[in-house]
Amino acid sequence: MENLPVEILLIEDNIDDAELTIHALKKKNLGNNLIHLKDGEEALEFLYATGKYAGRNLNLQPRMILLDLKMPKLNGMEVLEKVKTEPSTKKIPVVILTSSREDPDLRRCYELGANSYIVKPVDFESFVNAVAELGLYWIILNQIPGQENRGK
Amino acid sequence: MLFKDIPIRQKLMRIILLISGIILFVISVVFFIYEFNAYRRNTAQKLSILGKVIATNSTAALAFDDKEAAYEILLALKAEPHIIAAALYDKHGNIFVVYPDSLAGEHFPAAPGNNVFHFEGGFLQGFQKVNEGGRHMGTLFLKSDLEGMYQRFSLFGITILSVIVISLLLVYILSNIFQKVISKPILTLSSIAKEISEKHDYSVRAVKSGNDELGSLTDSFNEMIDEIQKLQRELEQKVKDRTEKLETANKELEAFSYSVSHDLRAPLRAINGYSNMLWDRYQHVFDKEGIRLFNRIGENAKNMGMLIDDLLEFSRLGRKEICKAPADMTELAEISLQEINTSIKHNATIKIGQLHPANVDSIMMKQVLINLLSNAIKYSSKTEKPEIAVKSVISGNEIIYSISDNGVGFNTQYIDKLFGVFQRLHLQSEFEGTGVGLALVKRIINKHGGKVWATGELNKGATFSFSLHA
Repeated sequence: MENLPVEILLIEDNIDDAELTIHALKKKNLGNNLIHLKDGEEALEFLYATGKYAGRNLNLQPRMILLDLKMPKLNGMEVLEKVKTEPSTKKIPVVILTSSREDPDLRRCYELGANSYIVKPVDFESFVNAVAELGLYWIILNQIPGQENRGK
Repeated sequence: MLFKDIPIRQKLMRIILLISGIILFVISVVFFIYEFNAYRRNTAQKLSILGKVIATNSTAALAFDDKEAAYEILLALKAEPHIIAAALYDKHGNIFVVYPDSLAGEHFPAAPGNNVFHFEGGFLQGFQKVNEGGRHMGTLFLKSDLEGMYQRFSLFGITILSVIVISLLLVYILSNIFQKVISKPILTLSSIAKEISEKHDYSVRAVKSGNDELGSLTDSFNEMIDEIQKLQRELEQKVKDRTEKLETANKELEAFSYSVSHDLRAPLRAINGYSNMLWDRYQHVFDKEGIRLFNRIGENAKNMGMLIDDLLEFSRLGRKEICKAPADMTELAEISLQEINTSIKHNATIKIGQLHPANVDSIMMKQVLINLLSNAIKYSSKTEKPEIAVKSVISGNEIIYSISDNGVGFNTQYIDKLFGVFQRLHLQSEFEGTGVGLALVKRIINKHGGKVWATGELNKGATFSFSLHA
């Protein structure tokens, strides 16, 4: 598994939200190479190949990170800050998952370099559409320099 | 200006001047009366002595019946210019010789009297018997005017008056200097009291001028200010503490309602999501009743979502500061209506009148108008020809806006419940809604310093009104 190319890294502590997100992505054929991690600490270990992910091939970074803000241990904002300051990961698009567009942390996320955000709507249909749109945009249409060969 | 209203400085000066004036006047009058009496007595005495001298000198002339010698003697009276008339009578009482000789006889008493020198009709006059060795020789009459006395007294009067004027002037100058001993501490106290009451600076203290009553007044004054300053500090601290507590409680409450609303969404999201997944994967095994039950779950989840959204909106409003600016209320109402028209289908005739402009937070006011208009549309939707009118009138210093419909109205018995959070007068199956809309309206209008009320009758429509400062 460690050596397969990862399309999407989902960092989400709520297993229900995670399952629904994965379901939404799969519904739009976007969730094939997805990894779900349950907290920020594990996410950083994965991204920088430390801890239990030591030895992972660092050339195979995800093409998009879906990041929940409210998480135990390291929260979403701390993960975002680290991802956007490390040269090896700062080009990976990060989409924030939030419960409300009123979240006071959203502005801070943009300042830290978040690429977009999705409000987790109560209405499942619109959630599927929102996730799918963003997935399509960041994975298929938006080509990151130096990764042109991938995803074809 | 009344005496009690003039400044204390002037009061002191006036009192000092008045008392000095009265004392000077009394002294002058007493002095004048004494002097007047003394001088009169003196003048009468002098005339009497003169009479005796002339009487003694004229004995020989009378004895020898020498009128010329007698006249010569009387002529010596020229040295005394105030003697205006003199006469000698012989021993039989007939006029012997007169002075001055130009004066006719009728100016003299016809016969000698017995009166000694006395004041009579503005003159000093009298008789002096001429005796020689016990023998009556004749009588001398002398008459003097009072010019000398008048001159003396007018001079005396002028002197007294000058003394009074100069004294009062001196009193004025000295009192002006010495009244400060009393007035200055009072004026200082008064100006400090004024300064404190104007600037509310309780750190100022009055400086004591001595150990008299004014000194103890200053002490009492300073003690009083100490007390006020202490109380004020305590009060400020109390207000600060309370405000802090209130702010903390408020923040906690907001954080609570915000996170409740937030966290309530997560399980709801799961219910919705899993229902959808269930539908996607297993709809083929549901029978008719299964589908109905499934739809009930979906609808209730949707309602709960709306409730949470409204609650979130309501709590967000509590935190929001209002930002007032002059607004065209007609335009706001029209924009609100356009927004409603894009999301709700209705067949109501809505007339928006010319509304008075007001000073409001446009975003919040639009929320009010949207809520009231969509309520009016909702509750008149079952009427055959729904009509809604938006108007405004000026009443005193307020503008009253009203939105009336001809819909189902409400039972006035429940009027108190209209504006409460989650209070509804209709069944969910009759009219959809969460019961937050009017509570939100009330909260916004109260934030603007206005009032909200409703009038209506069951099945005859309702009018919702709110007032704003004109």
